[in-house]
Amino acid sequence: QKTKENFFTKITKAIAGKSTVDEEVLDQLEEALIGADVGLDTTIEIIKRIEDRVARDKYVNTSELNSILQDEIRAMLVVSPENSYKDFSTPAGKKPYVILVVGVNGVGKTTTIGKLAYNFTKAGKNVLLGAADTFRAAAVDQLTIWSDRTGVPIVKQPMGSDPGAVAFDTVQSGVARGSDVIIIDTAGRLHNKIYLMEELGKIKRVVQKVIPDAPHEVLLVLDGSTGQNAVEQAKQFTAATDVTALAITKLDGTAKGGVVLAIANQFKIPVKFIGVGEKMEDLLIFDKHEFVDSLFKLED
Amino acid sequence: MFESLSERLEGAFKNLKGEAKITELNIAATVKEIRRALVDADVNYKIAKEFTDKVKDIALGTKVINAVSPGQLMTKIVKDELANLMGGTESSFNITGNPAVILIAGLQGSGKTTFSGKLANYLKSKGKSPLLVAADIYRPAAIDQLMVLGGQVGVEVYSERENKNAVEIAQNAIKEARAKNKNVVIIDTAGRLAVDEVMMTEVANIKSAVNPHEILFVVDSMTGQDAVNTAKAFNERLDFSGVVLTKLDGDTRGGAALSIKYTVEKPIKFVSSGEKLDTLDVFYPERMAQRILGMGDITTLVEKA
Ligand SMILES: Nc1nc2c(ncn2[C@@H]2O[C@H](COP(=O)(O)OP(=O)(O)OP(=O)(O)O)[C@@H](O)[C@H]2O)c(=O)[nH]1
Ligand SMILES: Nc1nc2c(ncn2[C@@H]2O[C@H](COP(=O)(O)OP(=O)(O)OP(=O)(O)O)[C@@H](O)[C@H]2O)c(=O)[nH]1
Ligand SMILES: [Mg+2]
Ligand SMILES: [Mg+2]
Repeated sequence: QKTKENFFTKITKAIAGKSTVDEEVLDQLEEALIGADVGLDTTIEIIKRIEDRVARDKYVNTSELNSILQDEIRAMLVVSPENSYKDFSTPAGKKPYVILVVGVNGVGKTTTIGKLAYNFTKAGKNVLLGAADTFRAAAVDQLTIWSDRTGVPIVKQPMGSDPGAVAFDTVQSGVARGSDVIIIDTAGRLHNKIYLMEELGKIKRVVQKVIPDAPHEVLLVLDGSTGQNAVEQAKQFTAATDVTALAITKLDGTAKGGVVLAIANQFKIPVKFIGVGEKMEDLLIFDKHEFVDSLFKLED
Repeated sequence: MFESLSERLEGAFKNLKGEAKITELNIAATVKEIRRALVDADVNYKIAKEFTDKVKDIALGTKVINAVSPGQLMTKIVKDELANLMGGTESSFNITGNPAVILIAGLQGSGKTTFSGKLANYLKSKGKSPLLVAADIYRPAAIDQLMVLGGQVGVEVYSERENKNAVEIAQNAIKEARAKNKNVVIIDTAGRLAVDEVMMTEVANIKSAVNPHEILFVVDSMTGQDAVNTAKAFNERLDFSGVVLTKLDGDTRGGAALSIKYTVEKPIKFVSSGEKLDTLDVFYPERMAQRILGMGDITTLVEKA
């Protein structure tokens, strides 16, 4: 019979009868963190912090270890806001509020936009979508279906059009209509393709011709089942577009998305949203406490 | 970005200059370095452990000849062993049926639809007459996407816009293929999570309804530690015949490939490295091993040794 074992019960067993956190405990810890895609460097950093605490406080029992561990991890997510966006409000004086959505191929950008459109609309905002992915087969059709589902208007041009031109049109149209929120979809691109990354910079500049301080949010979408490559994605997209927030998708699977710890630790970009399904309701505001708990949820 | 494994291994052996043999004592640091390199590349933690234990067994007692440093020797052992593991099972592609049926499955966004287009293009260029089947009834514009891709490669697409039964669509497509003398049927299915019982049952039902000659599990090469669970779950339900590794045009080290191969012992039959439909490539175990180890540049060094 499979026994479900909590990560912390494992640690409890390992620590039983010991006055200090020893090699074995730390090994278990390492395994759990790496198994959640937290990555080697961040794992080592967490373990080091715990070792330091243990050395300083001399005796640490299991429950103390638990809370130290959770504190340390939470501390890494410090830039992620506690409750922001809970009501999908937008900052005063920024109307329309322009969100540019970027990321590598297939992570869930278009779906996340559909979910955002749903939530902003529910919060009483007038939303406008811009179909600036004119490359991927049927990308415009896909976003059009989301626009129908959420009852939100969309600005689009034929496939193959210049994405910058679509973005420009969208923002101009949003200003004319008095939209509260404009969300611009972009084609998926791998961060090591220089010309495609430069295209994002171009889209940004074109948007700024209409609204100088836009885009107000550059949302990088990461697939929660991605491993260490997500760190490189964060790095390259930040370099190209000054990413201001992260959305982590597909956390309804078994992957734990621990790589966001590594990213939060290195780049100080807040995680704002998580995707937990394919329907428009399946978007949650990121809650770091819940996230930390989920990292250590029961597993086989 | 990554320090190459060879450098790390040289470093780990630095204090051991002049030692002629790899021993339990002097190997410990090296084994740790290899394990770290693998985990950095997203190889599953447990598998990295088992793999390095095996490497250690092979290396122990191996004589170090003069021309080669222990670090170089270890690098070679690791690389060879990894390439062995990545290749191993004999890989063929069965398109002998009439029609031959190929079922494509995997997680959301892994690259199934794009790969279906690529495979159709490839088989067409081999003189086959393929039919693409749009059995993804869920994703917005999934049918349109496949139609566009089919149009690009000049391959007909079978779809039923009003039918909400993917099993039926697949069955009807086979009849259509027979009627139209198509000799390969490529069935593109919706992305699904391994933990989604309803969706996993659907794809298992498609399998039993159409008896595919090939079932390909399509996986994103950027996948992390969870690749093992996903591959295991899909394999339990589908007993797939091969793996397709996508998005290799990125800069991921692709350790998931090793985890999957190790866990389900199925061959990697194709790789996909681009969005254009002519970039379907065969899989080279050797290259993948080097990529995972992040050691593109040292092959020549080892080959000289
Ligand atoms: N299970 C699950 N699936 C998701 C989630 N978000 C997106 N998806 C699915 O992932 C697949 C890809 O989503 P898209 O929104 O098309 O991704 P994209 O980043 O826009 O893709 P490209 O534009 O091709 O780069 C689709 O099948 C979505 O339904 C999520 O949170 N959970
Ligand atoms: N760079 C690159 N992009 C790829 C590759 N294969 C697929 N893509 C892109 O990845 C994204 C997702 O590909 P799809 O073929 O739609 O994936 P899918 O598995 O059919 O997705 P769902 O049907 O939503 O589950 C698209 O933007 C593709 O263009 C590849 O080898 N390299
Ligand atoms: Mg998209
Ligand atoms: Mg698809």
